[in-house]
Amino acid sequence: MKLDVCSAVCGYRDKVILKDISFSVSSSEILCLLGPNGVGKTTLFKTILGFLKLKGGSVRVDGEDLAGWSRKKYAQRIGYVPQMHTPPFPFTVFDVVAMGRTAHLDAFASPSRADLEIAADALDSLGITPLKDRIYTEISGGERQMVLIARALTQQPQLLVMDEPTSNLDFGNQLRVLKQIRKLAGDGMGIVMTSHFPDHAFLCASRVALLSRDGFAIGEPDRIITEESLRQVYGVDVKITTTPVGGGRYEKACVPILS
Amino acid sequence: MQRTLKAGGAAPGKKAALSRKRAIPAMTVLLLLLTAAFLLSVTLGRYGIPLRQLMQILFGKLLGQTPTWPDTVEKVLFNVRLPRILCGMMVGAALSGSGATYQGIFKNPMVSPDILGASAGAGFGAALAILNNFSIWGIEVTAFLFGMAAVALTYFLSNFIGRNLNAVLVLVLTGMVVQSLFSAFTSVIKYEADPNNKLPEITFWLMGGLSSSTKKQVLMMLVPFIIGMIPLFLCRWQINILSFGEEEAKALGVDTGKTRAVLILSATLLTSASIAVSGMIGWVGLIIPHLARLIVGPNYKILLPASALMGATFLLLVDDIARTVLITEIPLGILTAIIGAPFFLYLLYRGRSTWE
Repeated sequence: MKLDVCSAVCGYRDKVILKDISFSVSSSEILCLLGPNGVGKTTLFKTILGFLKLKGGSVRVDGEDLAGWSRKKYAQRIGYVPQMHTPPFPFTVFDVVAMGRTAHLDAFASPSRADLEIAADALDSLGITPLKDRIYTEISGGERQMVLIARALTQQPQLLVMDEPTSNLDFGNQLRVLKQIRKLAGDGMGIVMTSHFPDHAFLCASRVALLSRDGFAIGEPDRIITEESLRQVYGVDVKITTTPVGGGRYEKACVPILS
Repeated sequence: MQRTLKAGGAAPGKKAALSRKRAIPAMTVLLLLLTAAFLLSVTLGRYGIPLRQLMQILFGKLLGQTPTWPDTVEKVLFNVRLPRILCGMMVGAALSGSGATYQGIFKNPMVSPDILGASAGAGFGAALAILNNFSIWGIEVTAFLFGMAAVALTYFLSNFIGRNLNAVLVLVLTGMVVQSLFSAFTSVIKYEADPNNKLPEITFWLMGGLSSSTKKQVLMMLVPFIIGMIPLFLCRWQINILSFGEEEAKALGVDTGKTRAVLILSATLLTSASIAVSGMIGWVGLIIPHLARLIVGPNYKILLPASALMGATFLLLVDDIARTVLITEIPLGILTAIIGAPFFLYLLYRGRSTWE
């Protein structure tokens, strides 16, 4: 599977927010979008997901233009993990996850036994089967994020689009979610995610796209996330350190300078 | 009333949702309750028809026997009681089904046909039609058109006002504005109506009741009931998805625009047909879906049929009270309001954490 975004122009109605965006994501790749608030990360996301119409250029999956796709076909190929939300009704976790099967159902059908098994497998693969019968509106933020990932997996897409999957989570849950994301990519899923933390890109991204008001840079995390580029894009001073984490591996991390 | 309180109290919010395994027994119980309410309603009334006589007549009719029962009983049963019971069941199911649907597609547990303005709009349409001596089908069509107009007005106004605000609250408040607007229009009609015949007709009908149910009205309710209920039942899984909001529903593969339009049209058809047949019977579309959600959980696959069954049962029982407790009949709309108002307060109390 390969998602190709070719010189895309994105925006609302008559307002262009991003232009000349080109990148591609293949199976097993994690592309992390970084950039300050209001720079258009969400706009780009909504365009890839087809919530907003492209104002120029094209978005293709395996060479097929997405413009003519039905919502159903879309959902069978691309899964979406939204930011945290609260639905109005106290669905059980299992009901929420089973809703991921909707794109594979006939127009007037509800999930069959086979569909429910797929949902159960998704819970299992994320290690959250114990949550199955809990009420979705009553579990913790970290658990809810996992449930939303499980729902997207139940959709059996080839590409996962995740909107700030680590926002609103405590430190431990952030890392647990990142670990899952890395595991999914290891199993062959292509992933596009946004984040506010360059460290998270170092931890799991295979490529980084850095959006700023005057441009768009994409490449390996080491090449794109530099002290220089972070100062330019976010307007803050940062030192990037490299720490050995055992096994001869090194992790990079950002240390902000506040003075 | 007793039932309402008991069921609400027995299932404290937290562990409300039932597992799939317990859904089928729950539905069976609801179906049995409806059957019991049906049989009770047939026997009750100024002209009592004992259960045994009812069975005699029904089987006798089916087998084509010569009548061994008094002619009056048969007339009461087929021309008065059964039409009233059938209308009551359909109106109850229609109002509850459409209320549950509105709550799902507007992702707002606090809306109902009344709060969205659908009832007031349909009520105005029907009053207008009565004033102009339209046929009963004419009343139904006019009620539907104005009901639809009111819902559309509420929906678009609240979208326009409510960007990034508390959407639940804005929709409810906008609905109240639309509701009082159409009530004012209805008052204009009453003001214009001839006080000797049209005014009492409209006023009495606005209070809501099933006392004038005839065979013709059963048919008049049955046609829109079937047309409106079928899409709700077919799309009930999709209502679950729509309750997560526009973008998530799209990302999960639902054609939101088309599905929502079909559901709103169907729910409004059910509401306005009920109003054309029985006048303004409020609160049913708000409290029954809530009660059903407490008992079978929020999954529309089960919630929708459960709401319909409970709505039918509820309205039958309330109508039994309306026609038997006092010598003169109590208008049904007044009774549902007396039961509904405290229940709504209870909901506000329970749901206050979500009203920030």
